[in-house]
Amino acid sequence: MKRVLPLTLAVLTVALIIIAWFQSGGVERRALQSASTPQQAARLMLSQIQSHKFDAAYNRLANRNEVDENSFIREFTGSYGSLLTISSLEGFDVGVLHATDEEATVRAKFHYATGVGPLDDTRDLTLQRTGDTWKVVWPVDSRAKLPPQVIPVNYLRWDVISRGSSDDWGVQNVDSPQVRIVSMNAIQRPDSVVLVGEVVNEDSVPAYVNVGATLLGPNDEELAQESSFDKIAHTLLPRQVSPYRIDFPNMRLDKIKNVRMDAKALLIAASADPVIAIDQQKLETDALGKKVLSGKLTNQSGQIVSIPHVIAAYYDSNGKVIWVSDGYVAQALLPQTPVPFAVDLPPDVAKNVQTYRVIVNHFELTT
Amino acid sequence: MRNTFSILIVLFASLAGAAEIHPPAQVSAGNSITIPSSGSGDATFYLLGPTMANKRKVQAGSDITVDSEQLEHAGVYTAVLCASDGCSSARFLVNPAAPNRLSFLVHPSRVPVDSPNRISAVAFVQDNFHNFVLKPEAVKFSVQPKDGKEISAMRNSENGVAWVRLSSAKKEGPARLGASIGKANEVRIVQQVAADACNLRIKASRAKKDFVIETDPVKDCSGNSVPDGTVVSFTKMDATGKATVDVPIKRGVAKVELPIQGQAKITVASGVVTGNELEVAGGE
Repeated sequence: MKRVLPLTLAVLTVALIIIAWFQSGGVERRALQSASTPQQAARLMLSQIQSHKFDAAYNRLANRNEVDENSFIREFTGSYGSLLTISSLEGFDVGVLHATDEEATVRAKFHYATGVGPLDDTRDLTLQRTGDTWKVVWPVDSRAKLPPQVIPVNYLRWDVISRGSSDDWGVQNVDSPQVRIVSMNAIQRPDSVVLVGEVVNEDSVPAYVNVGATLLGPNDEELAQESSFDKIAHTLLPRQVSPYRIDFPNMRLDKIKNVRMDAKALLIAASADPVIAIDQQKLETDALGKKVLSGKLTNQSGQIVSIPHVIAAYYDSNGKVIWVSDGYVAQALLPQTPVPFAVDLPPDVAKNVQTYRVIVNHFELTT
Repeated sequence: MRNTFSILIVLFASLAGAAEIHPPAQVSAGNSITIPSSGSGDATFYLLGPTMANKRKVQAGSDITVDSEQLEHAGVYTAVLCASDGCSSARFLVNPAAPNRLSFLVHPSRVPVDSPNRISAVAFVQDNFHNFVLKPEAVKFSVQPKDGKEISAMRNSENGVAWVRLSSAKKEGPARLGASIGKANEVRIVQQVAADACNLRIKASRAKKDFVIETDPVKDCSGNSVPDGTVVSFTKMDATGKATVDVPIKRGVAKVELPIQGQAKITVASGVVTGNELEVAGGE
């Protein structure tokens, strides 16, 4: 009888340890140690990247002789202050697209948590069988590197001297820029009311712009108030036009009698540099079957753009803005080096799109 | 609390028949005065003004001097003299001194050219001590465009405020707006800037490997150059898809280099103004 209790406790402890091992994903971890199938090999490498074991992940590449390790690591940790430098790989999904005995293609979906929200990246990876294991053939970066050079930049820069606190009352201050909302369209989405449109800086100085909206009910009572947040290019140079989008979640259009729009503008110091060209813009269906507007961004100046932000306005056949979508680009824009982008578009909106306009906003990380 | 104290002193002074004081009925701000008094012996003198209260020992029957610093703010003052036989009070008015200061508000600081009655200039007339001069005073407003002659006009103030509305000139550049009265002469600068682009036109030429698309000098309908930094949007449609570039004007023109595949259509816009459309043929 004396031994029954210790034995029971020992058995119970072992059972609990086994349950905990299963619960914490021990089986998956065990499976991840193996690379005997293409899916296992891809998952093993991505799990090593997720846990920042970059050396181990690099050693799982089939084409190490073609891929520089530092470049490989930078693809996940970012560089030049890009969005990936303030991100972490939260998770991934791997699915086999096709496989033979010697070669396979898997689709890997990377889920990053970034400083501006979740960011998804999809890549099709080729895997090769080497003996009993599969290894990933990492795509070789074939982009031409810009040779060291001096790029003269002489675009305008605006600086502002405001009225000082010690100045007498009545001393003239510089006025806020004149901005105007040139269009607004209220749309009912399944789960929200969305206001889309465009705003223009009509002044000869740069403006920091934010568009806000208040929804009014049948008795002119305020139902909700929101702003465009990051669905707008806040810094507008003279005569620059930006799309904006304001989302009102859990709201119905039929409950709204009126909308009060408010465009606020502040005079700010700004630079006309960098100029970013948006080439090869196309509305297409991506590999996942989603409607996207894709293209390439080319930074035409010499300054590195850390975090590009693409905002697109879509118009119907009457020239009315029917949707605005945006997306951050994970890579920094190096001078004269094209970087692809794609922004989502709801399928029901895509069929009504006649034309579109894309602008690029950019952010820099300051230290 | 201070008001209660003042009322009590004045009430007490008016009820008691005692040493009297005789201040002048009206005084100009910033001038000292002498208040004759009657009676005899030690007394206490109170001076209550719009922004101050003062108490000091005086001799009843002698002249009481009030310094100019104590009479800088326009308004109604009450002088009270309390001696052993009671208190007496008298009220007098301090008027603003001669106008010698201006608060000059000009709005906006930037204005498109050729905008009628768009500029507002408002002058608040004050004396040296920041008292509003409420009686009508003539304020001289002047406008001097860049490289132009000064034009001036007089306007009488009403309740301390004089104003004028002005139209912007047809030519861009800074305009000096002035307002003067007495020794005060305030100047503000209004930037008259080019209006929207007019007849926006582009031309294309072949560069080494791409096409250079360039605007003619961008001007408004009055012939003023649209300021550098103003954004011009170029859009190209060709076999590779659509390309857009927002380019700021530099030295009067906006220029962009675009690769063109096959037949391409190029359009241009600045703000809400659109320009001409070009069709060019590039390489295959």
